[in-house]
Formats: sequence, structure tokens, C-alpha cells
Amino acid sequence: MTAESRNRLIAVGAILVAGAALSWIAFGNIGENLVYYWKPSEMLAQGDKAYGATVRLGGVVVPGSVQWSPEHTSLTFDVADTHQPAAPKVKVSSEVTPPQMFREGIGVVVEGSFASDQVFKTNRLMVNHSNEYRAPGSDGGMPSDWKGSLSQADTTTEK
Amino acid sequence: MPPFVPLTLFALVVAAIIAHVAVPSVRGWLWKPIAGLGAFMLVALWYLGLVWAPPEQFMSDVGRILYVHVPHVWMALLAFTLNVGCAVAYLMKKSFVTDALAESAAEVGVYFGAVGVTMGSIWARPTWGVWWDWDPRLISTTVMLLAYVGYLALRSFTEDPERRATWSAVAAILSYVSLPIVWFSVRWWNSLHQVQSSPSTVDKPMVQVLRWGAITLLCFLYVFIVKRYQIARSRQTAAMELPPLEAPRPEAA
Repeated sequence: MTAESRNRLIAVGAILVAGAALSWIAFGNIGENLVYYWKPSEMLAQGDKAYGATVRLGGVVVPGSVQWSPEHTSLTFDVADTHQPAAPKVKVSSEVTPPQMFREGIGVVVEGSFASDQVFKTNRLMVNHSNEYRAPGSDGGMPSDWKGSLSQADTTTEK
Repeated sequence: MPPFVPLTLFALVVAAIIAHVAVPSVRGWLWKPIAGLGAFMLVALWYLGLVWAPPEQFMSDVGRILYVHVPHVWMALLAFTLNVGCAVAYLMKKSFVTDALAESAAEVGVYFGAVGVTMGSIWARPTWGVWWDWDPRLISTTVMLLAYVGYLALRSFTEDPERRATWSAVAAILSYVSLPIVWFSVRWWNSLHQVQSSPSTVDKPMVQVLRWGAITLLCFLYVFIVKRYQIARSRQTAAMELPPLEAPRPEAA
């Protein structure tokens, strides 16, 4: 066998191995075993098994559910699967200050544990930005004369 | 803009790289106008991205990093695609030209990828609230960059240029598996990173600046790859012209 035909054999072999590895990851059930976060419905479906373990819960903040403590140091809110009003939801209690982007209706991922009192306690609150990028004014985020109001814009709790 | 334009632009860059490799008379000058265009577009990008484009409605000015974060990672993916193309080409028809091009594409890709990930981390702190989290997109991107750093390390394991080229071509093909995983990670698994945007989810002026940024970095991708290729080629020639090691001559003592 010449060096060239040996190299071609190596190329075909490497491509086959690469293709097999990729299709195993894409079409195998590895996706079911690797879970970055549970949606509320998925966590609730675990029943008693969900209690106590440190897990991540992801979903959207239910509008109208955000409640701050009187000293404004901790807060509770509901996280739902989707924006649908009937979507399954879980109450979350956070001791940490949320990022500036936090507001009602935004996606969040919280790390913590669920207890039998049906409250998910978290000490790591992350905000998940959607793939939409819009100029101010279209969806009621910031007022349309953004240049004058940037300094006063309050993005923490209410619109 | 029709959907085939980005691919056409990448094809143009590949064509210019092939011209640089194949036509000696082009080598001296073609990179200069492209570098000049890139520098001009970069200065304009500062204005377009920082002043001309509107802020994002929820992220405000922080969202402007979109115009450089996303194109940097795109350039990394393009460079790795060029790398795997060169690797397959080397195995099909042995030529140290494709091996040198593969080395330069991988190194430039690691650069763009590392800068892109750093920018993503800077963006994540004010928006997500954390610098880093082990979400599927971030894990797969880290694995991809480590695979190519390993590819570059592997190249220095042997002195024999033929074995180096063959081994690293195999490593290039295997490393390329990480690319589709990075791309689809946000769709296959729940992730903190958002899924790909499209012109329908991004306001028009922001799309235009993003495209401007991508074309700017395409110019730099071209210049970096051909300049790094020149270095790789001259190293190869220097290694091949080196006389074999001889035993010291008796009369010299």
C-alpha cells in the first residue's frame, strides 16, 4: 500500500469515527441524561425525588408574582414553564439580589433546592435573555425617548 | 439580504486565500487592500455600534457587545471549517501547503473563539448575573476550543513533518465533531444561552450593524490566516532545508 492510499484510508476512517460520534450525541439518548435545568413541570413530575437535591430550575417569571421583603433584601416569585396562564409553576424564594435584567415575564434559571413545603430556595439567580433584540419603545421596556431617560430607567422590578 | 450572501462572502474569502496560496504574484499585495478595508470598517463599526444603532430595550447599552461577540465566534467556526477542509485535502493528496493552511486556520480560529468567549463572559455578567455557568453552549464551546488547543499542541509532538501532518489531520477531523454540537447545543438541550437569532427577532438597524461587524472581521480573518500561513510555510521550508545531523568530523578536534 502506498503512503497516499494509506492516508486516504485514514481520512475515511477518521470521518467515519467523527460521524459516528456526532450521530451518537445527536440521536442517542444522551440528551435525556444531560440536563442543565428542569422546567417546573419536569421538577414537579419527579414527586418526592425532587426534594432536597441541589438542582437548577428554569422558566419564566410569572407576571404579578414578584414580592419583595419589606427591607427589599429578599424576594419570592413564581417560575412557570411558559407564558401561558395555566402553565405549571413553582414558587421560588431568593436570598440574593437578582441581576439588573430581572423583571416579570423574563426567563430565569435558579440554582437551589426544592422542599416539601413546595418552595424552591435559591442562592444563585440567573436571568436568561431571549434571542430577541429590539430598540426601546416597541414592547414597553423603556420609554421611546430613550436618550433622555436612560439615566433614570428602572429595570429592576416594575415596568 | 438574501440568505446566500453570507455563504457567498465566506466563499469569496476562501477564494482569496486560495489565490494567495496558489498565485505567488498575488501574495505581495492582496492582503494590503483587505487589511485597509478591515481597518476602515472597524473604525466605522465603533461609530455604528456605539452611537448609530439604538440601545437594546432591556439591556440598554450592554447589548451593543452583540456586534462583536457573535461575529468573533462566527469567525472561529469558519476558521475551523477551513481547517477541516485542509485536513481532508491533505489526507487525500499529500501537500504541505494544505497542512500549513490547516495549522494557520486552527490557530486563528482559537484566537477568534477565545476572544468571542471572553466577550460573552463580559456580556453575561450584567445580563445573566454571572460571569460563567456550565450550560450546554458554554460547555460545548469550551470543549471545542480545548480540542483545537490540543490539535495545536499535537503538532509539536513530532519532528517528522509527514507524521505531524497526518496525525494532526486526523485530530482536525475528530475535533470538528464539536462544531455542530456547539451550534445545536442551544436547541438540543435546555440552556442559559439563548438560541440563534434571526433577522425576524432582531430589529433592522441592529441586524445591519451585526452584518457590518461580520464583514469587518472577515477581512481580519483573511489577513490573519494568510499571514500566519506565510509563517507556517517558511518554518516548513526551513525545517526541510536543514542538513541532516552529522557526526562531528574527526579533523575538527
